[in-house]
Amino acid sequence: MQIKIYKPSNSKVKFRDIFKDMWFDLKNSRDLAWRLSVREFKGQYRQSLLGAFWAFITPLMSALVWIFLNATGAVKISDTGIPYPAYVFTGTMLWSILTESVNMPLKITTGAKGMLGKINFPKESLLVSGFYNVALNSLIKIVLIIIGVLALGVTPNFQLFFLPIAIIGIILFGFTIGLLVTPIGMLYTDVGRALPMFMQLLMYLSPVVYTIKDDEILSKIINLNPTTALITTGRSSLTGLPFENMSYFMIMIPIMLMLLLIGWFFYRFSIPIFVERSSG
Amino acid sequence: MEENEVLVKVENVSKKFCKDLKKSLKYGFQDLFGAFSSKETEAELRPDEFWAVRNISFTVKRGECLGLIGHNGAGKSTLLKMINGLINPDEGSIEMRGRIGALIELGTGFNPILSGRENIYNNGAILGFSKKEIDGQLENIIDFAELRSFIDMPVQNYSSGMKVRLGFAVAAQMQPDILIIDEVLAVGDLGFVLKCFKTIDTIIPNTAVIFVSHSMPMISRICSKIILMEKGRAEVQGNQVAKAIDRYYTKFANNGSNVVFSDNSVKLIKAEITQTRDEINGLKQLHWGDDLSLNFCFENINLEQTPEFLISISDKEQRPLALFENYKRTDDIKITKNEISFNVVHNEIRLSKGVYSINIALIKASNKEPIFRVNSILEFQIIHEDDVWPPFLLNAKYGNDLCSEITKI
Repeated sequence: MQIKIYKPSNSKVKFRDIFKDMWFDLKNSRDLAWRLSVREFKGQYRQSLLGAFWAFITPLMSALVWIFLNATGAVKISDTGIPYPAYVFTGTMLWSILTESVNMPLKITTGAKGMLGKINFPKESLLVSGFYNVALNSLIKIVLIIIGVLALGVTPNFQLFFLPIAIIGIILFGFTIGLLVTPIGMLYTDVGRALPMFMQLLMYLSPVVYTIKDDEILSKIINLNPTTALITTGRSSLTGLPFENMSYFMIMIPIMLMLLLIGWFFYRFSIPIFVERSSG
Repeated sequence: MEENEVLVKVENVSKKFCKDLKKSLKYGFQDLFGAFSSKETEAELRPDEFWAVRNISFTVKRGECLGLIGHNGAGKSTLLKMINGLINPDEGSIEMRGRIGALIELGTGFNPILSGRENIYNNGAILGFSKKEIDGQLENIIDFAELRSFIDMPVQNYSSGMKVRLGFAVAAQMQPDILIIDEVLAVGDLGFVLKCFKTIDTIIPNTAVIFVSHSMPMISRICSKIILMEKGRAEVQGNQVAKAIDRYYTKFANNGSNVVFSDNSVKLIKAEITQTRDEINGLKQLHWGDDLSLNFCFENINLEQTPEFLISISDKEQRPLALFENYKRTDDIKITKNEISFNVVHNEIRLSKGVYSINIALIKASNKEPIFRVNSILEFQIIHEDDVWPPFLLNAKYGNDLCSEITKI
């Protein structure tokens, strides 16, 4: 028979037990996670005429704005190696996958506030369901990117096989960062407000819509920025440009996996505190 | 399945809450990070904090039902949330054995724009059912909810009662070892509430139930153990359910009599219960089987004819229990120009142990028009050693009759 013991949150528990529980709950959460995603998906599209169109309209629009700015000469962008429209299109699309991943853990947890205070279910299902949502939207975007890239006259080469890894890297990075700030974000709404602003800033420090090669300090900052590695790796897989920050990207993945585990652990721990403070 | 298996064990559980949201969030933030240092002594209250639940201990075995009663804000729901693992206690520990079913809110996870059928799956998944299990039970659920013709309609067009029906129908499929019920059955029509209780009755024998309700009839019907909570503490705890319920009712001590109607032709001067045994805190006490004797005195302002008197007894929930006979012609109640005064006696009252109140209404004998009506004009308590819930304890004589003799008649 299953035994559950609830104790004050600061009581000493063996790490091994916690990880065993985490694993157990993760396994048990798959059904519910799937159901939550289906619910989200159906709910989203039943009351909408354009449906999945909304998944990619924002990055598409911002790509168009930059293409326009560049074409009219309003902003001058240094050579990108491939036709600029393809460059900016891949950039904004990949970036939107990243922002969606960053926002997802907080969004899905605060969205489930009502449920969290009423029913005890494996909290992992929220995260897994959030991951499903991101993965599905990303899939739609990837198909669109590939079509777009081909239409813009760029032919992907064998590097395209690396794309899944690049996308997983982007989602992993975004999800981990999002998960790490979620416990605080659940208590204070400031986090949810600051995130998009922060991501906006980060976007201009990454080669999403332009590259900077002549300013030494700025290009150094851009190269140090982890999101640069994510975007360039993704873009290179798509367009056949040479991989620039491959080693950075490869080092980042195990680090992110570790941080994800820590984030997950912290997340589980923080949920009761959130429930207590929000719907006591 | 063993009998007498302890499924719920709660030991010295306490929980503090904060009255101020800003501070509450700050403490939450501290708890997030402070927990890993584990230096803080949790027993201390920080500014603006109070104990929402304090030192509660109990066990519930399989087949038992524990009732939790108390004022709003006495800590019942907080305690349930801890038992359900939604929040952690600040002190003490809770041990739960077996599958837990919680009816804290019905229909959790419903998405209003999806159909009832789809939401059965949503709600079911949150309650821990796999898709296969729901597939198997789908028809049962729809039938139980009696919503077959609306099952493909979006839930946002359901009435609140219909949502509760659907939610309960899904929840009823659970086969929990521990069932937690928090006042969820208040909505829904009578037929459905009865159906719910029938279902709960079938679940109880194999389950440890924890039941929170403000409906004392339900508590007394289901529960074998009880805790009366007051400001987070257990004020009364044990097997004497009726005693705790009495205590609960005395918390809402005399709300005072209230004149409900008056056409200003009479004015109440005095009403009293005579021949009582004792009086505690202004509450007159009688023993079971005593005579109940009442005196009323009204000032007559402009009545010419003797009115009829409707004197009734209500219980603490204001449910009418009994009505006194009207006076007979031979009683010859007279009124004077200034005064209406009379007494009425009921011999050997058989009301069971508890607190009751008396209401009186005066109506015109000719056309039954109301003249004056006052509720809870008097209160009294019946003392008896047996705790029974039904309002009457009838005296009875038992003898040995053979079956054959009875059937002859």
